[in-house]
Amino acid sequence: MNRTFCLAALFATAAVPPLSAQLGSYNPAPGARGVYVIRNAHIVPVAGPEIANGTIVIGVDGKIAAVGANVAVPADAKIIDGTGLSVFPGMMEAGTAIGLAEITEGANATVDDAEVGRFNPNVQAFFGIDPHSAHIGVSRVVGITHVMSRPSGGLISGQAAIINMAGYTVPEMALVPRAGMVFNLPSARGGGRGQGGGFGAPAATAAATPGRMTPTDSIKQLLRDAEVYGKTLDAYAKDKTLPRPKSDLVLASLLPVVRGEMPALFNAATSAEIKEAVAFAEEMKIKPIIIGGRDAPKITDFLKQHDVPVLFSATMDLPSREDDPYDANYSAPAKLAAAGVRFAIISGEPNPDIRNLPYVAGMAASFGLSKADALKAVTLWPAQITGLGDKLGTIEVGKIANLVVLNGDMLEARSDTKYLFIDGRPVPLETKHTQLYDTFKNRP
Amino acid sequence: MNSALFAVLALATAGVASSATPILRVGENRAAQARRLPAAAPGPVLIRNATVLTVTKGTLPNTDVLLVNGKIAQIGKNLTAPANATIIDATGKFVMPGIIDPHSHMMIDALNEGTLSVTSMVRIRDVLNPTAPNIYRALAGGTTTLNLLHGSANTIGGQNTVVKLKWGRTGEEMVFPGALPGIKFALGENVTRKNSANVVVVGQPQAARRYPTTRMGQEEVLRDAFTRARDYKADWDEYRARVAKKEPNLVAPRRDLELEPLVEVLEGKRLVHAHSYRADEMLMLLELSDEFKFHVQTLQHGLEGYKIASEIAKHGTGLSTFADMWGYKIEAYDAIPYNVAIAMRHGVVTTINSDDDGRARRLNIDAAKLIRYGGLTDDEALKTITYNGAVQLGIQDKVGSIEVGKDADVVIWNGHPLSVYSSVETTFIDGEIFFDKAKDKAMREALALERAELEKAEPNQLPARGGGPGRTGPPATTPPQEDR
Repeated sequence: MNRTFCLAALFATAAVPPLSAQLGSYNPAPGARGVYVIRNAHIVPVAGPEIANGTIVIGVDGKIAAVGANVAVPADAKIIDGTGLSVFPGMMEAGTAIGLAEITEGANATVDDAEVGRFNPNVQAFFGIDPHSAHIGVSRVVGITHVMSRPSGGLISGQAAIINMAGYTVPEMALVPRAGMVFNLPSARGGGRGQGGGFGAPAATAAATPGRMTPTDSIKQLLRDAEVYGKTLDAYAKDKTLPRPKSDLVLASLLPVVRGEMPALFNAATSAEIKEAVAFAEEMKIKPIIIGGRDAPKITDFLKQHDVPVLFSATMDLPSREDDPYDANYSAPAKLAAAGVRFAIISGEPNPDIRNLPYVAGMAASFGLSKADALKAVTLWPAQITGLGDKLGTIEVGKIANLVVLNGDMLEARSDTKYLFIDGRPVPLETKHTQLYDTFKNRP
Repeated sequence: MNSALFAVLALATAGVASSATPILRVGENRAAQARRLPAAAPGPVLIRNATVLTVTKGTLPNTDVLLVNGKIAQIGKNLTAPANATIIDATGKFVMPGIIDPHSHMMIDALNEGTLSVTSMVRIRDVLNPTAPNIYRALAGGTTTLNLLHGSANTIGGQNTVVKLKWGRTGEEMVFPGALPGIKFALGENVTRKNSANVVVVGQPQAARRYPTTRMGQEEVLRDAFTRARDYKADWDEYRARVAKKEPNLVAPRRDLELEPLVEVLEGKRLVHAHSYRADEMLMLLELSDEFKFHVQTLQHGLEGYKIASEIAKHGTGLSTFADMWGYKIEAYDAIPYNVAIAMRHGVVTTINSDDDGRARRLNIDAAKLIRYGGLTDDEALKTITYNGAVQLGIQDKVGSIEVGKDADVVIWNGHPLSVYSSVETTFIDGEIFFDKAKDKAMREALALERAELEKAEPNQLPARGGGPGRTGPPATTPPQEDR
C-alpha cells in the first residue's frame, strides 16, 4: 500500500478561502487533525539529545504521540519525508501585542492595544485579538507557533492571552485566555515606563501630590480591596445569611492575581524598576514576571535570590549608556544564563517585527549563550515561565504538536520553513507576503 | 543624568586620559577625542589562510589578503609577508568587504529641516557628530561606510554625505573621498505628515499644516522646484555664454542656494536618493525625471518596488530597501520581504539598508533573510550589503568587494557572516583597525578602572545632602540616581 500522503493536498490552500480580507490580510486556515508522521528527519527535541534520523508521530488529539529513532509508523498515518530537514519545537514570543494592533502609525482605528484610564485589570487581550491579523501568518512561518499578547497603558493595563498562531477564532486559538495581569509601576523618577517592548501609553509619575495617595499606593489599595472582596465572597459562599456582596468586575478580575493563580507581568527595564516591581510583588504577595528586564544582568544575584523570572527583550537594543560595552545587550542572555536566572528571550516587539525572534536568540548565541540555551530561551523557557512547561516547548510525548520543519537551524535567518504544525494541524505556509510575491514576481 | 557626570562618562568611553581636568563639557569632548588619535599611516597587514568572500569574484578558501598603504595589495595563497607586516592568522575565519549601509541617520546632530517643502540648501556635512558611540557599535557589526541622509519630512530635503566610520577622527576626516554628492527627496506619508502634524488631536493645539499634504501636492512641489531650477540654470548658461563672448557690463544672476543643488541634479552631478514607499509615487518621480531629464539614483525604502520592478530597472535606478520590515504604517502594509528578490531578478541594483543605528550593527542577518525570502545566493545576499551599495553611491571602484587595488575596508568574522552565530573579530578601514574584538575586551578593564577613578574624584561626587560644596555644573533637576 502506498501510504505516502499527498503533501500538495495536505498543505494546499487553493480550496481554502482566506479567513479575512480586512486590510488585505491572508492567513490560510490550518488543515485537519489527523495522524501525521515526520520521518527520516533530524530532530531537535530540546528536552534531550538530538536524534540524527528519527520519527515523530502526531496523534489525532493534536499531541505528540511518539518521538525517537525507532518509532513504529501507524497504518493510517499521513507521512512527511523529512530527509535533509530538521524538526524543532515551535518558538514562543512571550512579549508582544499581536492581533491588538494592525497598523500602528497613521491608522488609529486598527490600534486596540491600550484602553483609556489607569486601572483596567478587567480588560482582556482575549477579546481584542484579531485572529485574522496579517501579522499572524507572516510571523508563524518563521517558526513562532504561539505567543503571549498583552495590552499596554495605564497602571494596570489588563490581561494577557496566550494563543496559538493558527485558527479561525480566538477561543479555539487560546492556550491560556487569561495568562497574566500587566502592571506598569510608575517610575520613582517620573520617567517613562513600558520598556517591555517599547510601546504603551505614557506612564504616570510616582511623585506624590501632598495629601494624596501615590499611584503605586493606589495600585496596592486596589489589590488589597480585591483581597477583601475575595474574602467577602468566600465568607458569603459559606454563610448565606451574611449580606450578599455586590459584584465588582474590577476587583473580581484581580482575584486570580491576589490568590497567586495568575502571574503579574511587570514592564520594567532598569535595576531600580525591576527591584521596585519585585518588592511590590512581595509586599502584595503576588507572583511577578519581569518583562523587558534590560538591566537584569546587573542584578542577577537579586533575581536569583527572589526567584523572579525575566522575559528579556533588550538583546537587540542599542546599549543604553554611552560607556556600555558594544555588546552589553547582545551578551546579556549569556550573563543571565551563567548566573542561573530564570529567563526567556523575547523580541518584545508589539507586532510585525516579532518574526525576528529566532535571530534575537541567534545573536545571544553568538555572544556567549550556548546554542542549546539559545534554543531553550525561545521554546522551553518561555513556556515554563508562563506556566505551560508541561504542554509546550519541547518535542516530547504528550505535548501539544507545535512543530517547525526547516531545511536548517531554526535560529538561522537563511533557513527556510518547509512544514509547520500548530496544535497538531498542518499549517499552510502561504501568507500575505507570498501572495503578493506570487502576484508580482513574474510581471514582465 | 546630570550633565557633569554625563561628560565624564563620555570621556571615559573615549578613553581620554583623565589627568588634566576631570570634568569636561560635552562640547569639549569631541575635540579632545579627535586630538587623541594618531593619523600615521598603518603598516602592512597580512591576513592569512581565511575563507575570502570577495563578493564579486567568488569565495576563495585558504587564501591570504595583504593590506598595504590602506589598499588591498594582494590576494592569493601563501603570500609573502613584507617586512614589518602584522600577520593575522585567520584560519577558520571569514573575510569580507566592509558593509555599506546606503541609508543611515547615524552621527548627525540634526535630522530634518522640515519647515519648508524644499530645503535643498541644507547639508548633512554641517552637522556630523564624530563621537556618536553608535559609530563604534556599527564597526563592531562590520559596517564601514554609511550614506548619511537628511530625514524624510519634506519633498526635497538636504544634501547627503557619505562617510567611512573612522571612529576617533573628526567628521571631516570621515567624509568618503570622491563620493558623488547627493540629495534626499521624500514622497508619501512622512511628507504629507498624516501621522503627525496634520492629525487633529482633541484638546491639543493643532500643529501648523504645511504644503503639501497629499501625493498630488508632492508632484507639484517637485515640478515647481525643477521648473525654477531649469530657469535658473538657463539664466546662468546665458550669462556664462555672454561672459565667454566678452560682452561688456554683465550682471551675474543672483546666486540661489536652494536651486544650485537642483541644477547639479539636472547636470548629473548630484545623485537623487528618494525616500518612497508606494509604487505609484515612485512611478510619478521616475516619469517626472524623464520629463526634466534627470536621473534618480536610488529609491530609498521603495517597499513596493517589486510592483514596478521593470520600470525601475528601465530607468537604471537602484533600490535600497528593508529586508523584511513591513506593516508599521499604511504605506508599508504591502511591503514584502521578497522585494529584493523580485527587484534583483528584474535587473535592479538592490541593497539592504538599516535606517536605524541598531540594525546597522547586524545588516549581515538582514542579508541572510534574503536567502529564505526569494532564494538569493550567498553572493547575491552579500552584494546587497556591500558591492551594490558601492554602485548606488558611485564608489564601486573603491569599496564593496575584496579586489586588488581597492580600499582596505575589510572585515574578519569568526564564522560565515550570513550565519546568526557569527560575529566580527576585526574591522579595517583603509588598512587600519577601527574595531578589534580582542582589544575591545582588553580595554574594558582599563575603562572600568578609569571610570571608578573618575567617579571618586571630588568634583564628580554627587552634592552633599542639604546643599553645600559638591559637584560643579548645572544644578540637579533630578534626585541622585542609582542608574537609569
